[in-house]
Amino acid sequence: MIRQIGKRLATAIPSLIGVVIVTFLLTRVLPGDTAAYFAGPAATPQAIAEIRKTLGLDRPLPEQFVRYVADLARGDFGNSLTTGQPVITEITTRLPASAELTLAGLIVSMLVAVPLGVLAAVRQGSLVDHACRIVATAGVSLPVFFTGLLLVYAFYFLLGWAPAPLGRLDIFYSPPPQVTGFFLIDSLIARDFEVFRAALAQLALPALTLAIFSLAPVARMTRASMLAVLASDFVRTARASGLAPRAVIVTYAFRNAMLPVVTTLGMVFSFLLGANVLVEKVFAWPGIGSYAIEALIASDYAPVQGFVLTMAVLYVLLNLSIDLAYGVIDPRVRIEA
Amino acid sequence: MNQSARIDPAAAIPAVSAPAAAPLTAPAGLPVAAAPLARPSIARHARHVIAENPVTGIAFALFLAIAACAVLGPAIAPYDPLASDTAAALQAPSTRHWFGTDQLGRDILSRVMAATRLDLGIAVFSVALVFVLGGLSGVAAGFFAGWTDRIVGRIADTIMAFPLFVLAMGIVAALGNTVTNIVIATAIINFPLYARVARAEANVRREAGFVLAARLAGNGEARILLAHILPNVMPIMAVQMSLTMGYAILNAAGLSFIGLGVRPPTPEWGIMVAEGAGFIVSGEWWIALFPGAALMLAVFCFNLLGDGLRDILDPQRRT
Repeated sequence: MIRQIGKRLATAIPSLIGVVIVTFLLTRVLPGDTAAYFAGPAATPQAIAEIRKTLGLDRPLPEQFVRYVADLARGDFGNSLTTGQPVITEITTRLPASAELTLAGLIVSMLVAVPLGVLAAVRQGSLVDHACRIVATAGVSLPVFFTGLLLVYAFYFLLGWAPAPLGRLDIFYSPPPQVTGFFLIDSLIARDFEVFRAALAQLALPALTLAIFSLAPVARMTRASMLAVLASDFVRTARASGLAPRAVIVTYAFRNAMLPVVTTLGMVFSFLLGANVLVEKVFAWPGIGSYAIEALIASDYAPVQGFVLTMAVLYVLLNLSIDLAYGVIDPRVRIEA
Repeated sequence: MNQSARIDPAAAIPAVSAPAAAPLTAPAGLPVAAAPLARPSIARHARHVIAENPVTGIAFALFLAIAACAVLGPAIAPYDPLASDTAAALQAPSTRHWFGTDQLGRDILSRVMAATRLDLGIAVFSVALVFVLGGLSGVAAGFFAGWTDRIVGRIADTIMAFPLFVLAMGIVAALGNTVTNIVIATAIINFPLYARVARAEANVRREAGFVLAARLAGNGEARILLAHILPNVMPIMAVQMSLTMGYAILNAAGLSFIGLGVRPPTPEWGIMVAEGAGFIVSGEWWIALFPGAALMLAVFCFNLLGDGLRDILDPQRRT
């Protein structure tokens, strides 16, 4: 088991190296003067030359790369031009907001998609099955920012159930003392149920938007893999042995059908992390996505680079943990090691 | 053993997918002998698929409407998509302005129609670009194996190590904020998909009979790759193209929604939704709804077409 984990950790290293090289290349090699980027649009040629020197851009490329990696290792992502703040502090303070949103979206999506997919497979051709197909096709076609706006219109403007789409917490409330950075958890720790309710109300629509977006691949995969498992020999044998249908589906089929679904989670996360940026913009969510968008508009490159790198590293780590979880769920993977 | 099943659709592809992917599917060196045999059965199969799944027919009609808008859009639009009329700003849909007007009094119907060309254009060019780049490098990787395979595989893996939309943002930010760069970024993030499909398809044909025969007849490796392997990989790639068109449209619209690429007065669906986003909270729903719905319909249409095309060309992979 330990060796297995070590092996898997080793395979994540080339991905991480690739990610670092690409983010480096994105600023240094591609057309466009990096120094001019960092200097901003109104800089004089002297100022640009000076920045080039301080950034070490007059050095040969391999040397620049070594410096870049050394900076990253020290947690130095550079400074934002517009705020003057180090990018790393800004990203670490904003990361919990994005993480809370993404995880909430994923949980809602799994809670709906997995039972939907299972039901669709068990009652193939029924209403649930058709509903599942419609959800799967519509879900991948809906632009996530558009879903978000529709929900805002319906639940904020028409029904008045949701608060205004302006961030994580209504300005009437002060955020709970930070422990995890997740408002829902922190407010519970502080036993401040009023703030918990307010944070939940703000989170509901953006999380639902993300959930609708990621519902489709999970539901589709659950249905397909459940169908495959239900048609397999061991399920037939279990049925023939007289096991109750419920036991067959829950203990035999469901557990096995979940394996491919866990694998698709990697792809789902790729979508979720990207969609997160758009959802954060729609709901003025103060996460790292909106930080990157603000920086993009201002041609402030360091935060964008930091953002891309953070997201990519997170994604590599998520994939890693999915693979490790796979080993826990599927004993065969453990035995092979 | 899979060979004969795979060659059949190859023979019929010009007949079936020509409307969707006309400029790119010109398979010069198809196995001609198979065509007369395969064609009637494929046509019957296509009819069967459409009869069984009328949605594909609807999607095709929708596709024609979208294509007509892209070609004729600005010409048949009732108003000038850029002309503002502040006296008629923020009007709800009416008989005069079917989709209403925006904050500058521009007619939204005209803008949605005019935007079709740009949105579709971005998607078509990016898909064409990745088709050439990903298709060729994937086929080369599958055919030559060894180092070519390792390099292409490593590039694809590195791209896949990023959340794709985030990578696209980074690429556009680095290359510069233009429409061309949106096309390039969208092509790059789709590269692994194309390269992998092409690689797998080329790999199973490496030692196929017709390849050995071509080699025996004195053809060079490059010629075998381009004239014999590539045409056989085309059908699967065509399905891939129409499946990724929708994703390309979504991606490009997402980038312009966050303010990348397209500049404000230009009509484009993503940026129009972004402009309308501020008015949703005050109840002016039509500014964002119609371009968003157009976007959704276009993506929906291409996804359905892709599924339909796959059913016709590759019955084994039906869902």
